[in-house]
Amino acid sequence: MKVKQISVFLENKSGRLAAVTRVLGEEDINIRALSIADTSDFGILRLIVNQPEKAYRALKDHGFTVSMTDVIAVEMPDQPGGLAEVMAVMEEHNLNIEYLYAFIGKVPNGALVIFRVENIDEALKILEEKGITVLSGEKVYSL
Amino acid sequence: MYWNEKYECMPREQLEELQLERLKATVERAYHNVPHYRRLMQEKGIEPSDIQSLEDLRKLPFTTKNDLRENYPYGMFAVPLSEVVRIHSSSGTTGKPTVVGYTRNDLNVWAELMARSLTCGGATKNDVIHNAYGYGLFTGGLGVHYGAERIGASVIPISGGNTKRQVMIMKDYGSTILTCTPSYALYLAEVMEEMGVRPEDLKLKCGIFGAEPWSENMRKEIEKKLPLIALDIYGLSEIIGPGVAMECPEKNGLHIFEDHFIPEIIDPVTEEPLPYGQFGELVFTTITKEALPMIRYRTRDISALYKEPCSCGRTLVRMARVSGRTDDMLIIRGVNVFPSQIESVLLEIGETEPHYQLIVQREGSLDTLEVQVEVSERLFSDKVRRLEELENKIRAEIESTLGITVKVTLVEPKTIQRSEGKAKRVIDKRRI
Repeated sequence: MKVKQISVFLENKSGRLAAVTRVLGEEDINIRALSIADTSDFGILRLIVNQPEKAYRALKDHGFTVSMTDVIAVEMPDQPGGLAEVMAVMEEHNLNIEYLYAFIGKVPNGALVIFRVENIDEALKILEEKGITVLSGEKVYSL
Repeated sequence: MYWNEKYECMPREQLEELQLERLKATVERAYHNVPHYRRLMQEKGIEPSDIQSLEDLRKLPFTTKNDLRENYPYGMFAVPLSEVVRIHSSSGTTGKPTVVGYTRNDLNVWAELMARSLTCGGATKNDVIHNAYGYGLFTGGLGVHYGAERIGASVIPISGGNTKRQVMIMKDYGSTILTCTPSYALYLAEVMEEMGVRPEDLKLKCGIFGAEPWSENMRKEIEKKLPLIALDIYGLSEIIGPGVAMECPEKNGLHIFEDHFIPEIIDPVTEEPLPYGQFGELVFTTITKEALPMIRYRTRDISALYKEPCSCGRTLVRMARVSGRTDDMLIIRGVNVFPSQIESVLLEIGETEPHYQLIVQREGSLDTLEVQVEVSERLFSDKVRRLEELENKIRAEIESTLGITVKVTLVEPKTIQRSEGKAKRVIDKRRI
């Protein structure tokens, strides 16, 4: 049930994000979700794409520093309190969140949140036990 | 004004006689007491008795920092440790430190040379000398200190740092002579301005600045901001410390105290001596040092020698202010920095060959060092916190190795220029 996320190291200078998206476009890779975390000198671009392995290879071949990590995609009702319910489960079980980002649409009446947690297997087990919908990689890539 | 007119203004012929006599004694002592020198001289087929004129100096082998390292710690000493009363040393982060020793007489000579240097800048026993050179293993602080005491001036051993307090003390204690690195002098001036202390609140008349290369423009800037005449002092611990040469108010090159050191300029590649007036690598032979005689020590500093007498009356040969280095050593805020030191820190952290670049700039009056490191796949993490921890770790390791603050920036791979031959590790943007 894990989702592969691609992370790319970017210096904070103009044209870097353009370069990444150009490579992905040329390789016919479609971006499903993205987020950027930045500091004063660098940023980390995190991507969910339709073909993670291919994207990883292509970016690496173009000289980017890339890593592939496992994240969890959680589907929740797109309504007030939807995220709060998931967070309550996380909190109750001391699942430490490294970062998260969300995207809406595509799933009927649902929102998707991507979580990066320390202990992914444990998190998956608990979320499923609590009846929270966790999407598979294949499902997310093909959204 | 001279401290020791007899030697500072000695007729050339007489000075050269004295040099030859002292050179012979030094070579004799080095040959008999330092196995390293004996071996090198034997390899070249030279005996001490072959030194019959000052020109014969050329027959002797060179000494480098490497020789000091290979004989670490005391192998180059020409006296037993029981006669050594002081030890100074470099930080030794490029490998083994360079250890230098002084006998009681060596300290005496050093104090004499520093007394001459300070007097060159107008110091008398009535002066208050604000000594902001670092005290410790570095030779700057104690060198000035003993010279000031020799003159009988009042020395304030303030050392570096705590700049606001320095300004307050300069003002309240009526410091008349400032000794520090030129970049620190500019920083003092800036802080003074911020504190609202005006130049006319100070009694400074002369600044004696060294331990890093500086330019005529920097002199003008210092003199504009501080009420003093700024003079250049030169020295290096391997030779004795500060006080090897000193500029007089004519500002026409630095007088080398030739009754203790014989200077030469060589072509750093062919190692052939160059004539007066030509720039090349500065080489010194000490002719009175007891604990650590140096024969033809290659300083790596680039300068030129001038023989014409100076209008100040000193007959000593003058050297041009140091204009650069023959190796890749950087001097940042008075601290010697070799790119290899940074490389070894990065190697330890990354366990693989790092690509890095050093950017040196002067912000305001202070030198800054930025270390750009290419982030490799192995170092990369998708968590910002981890990357910031990595930057901090590199920064802390470099700072503890070099003793200066640096900025570490992670950059993308392949963004640092590669070169076919020797990597260009340093971009020096300073205009000095």
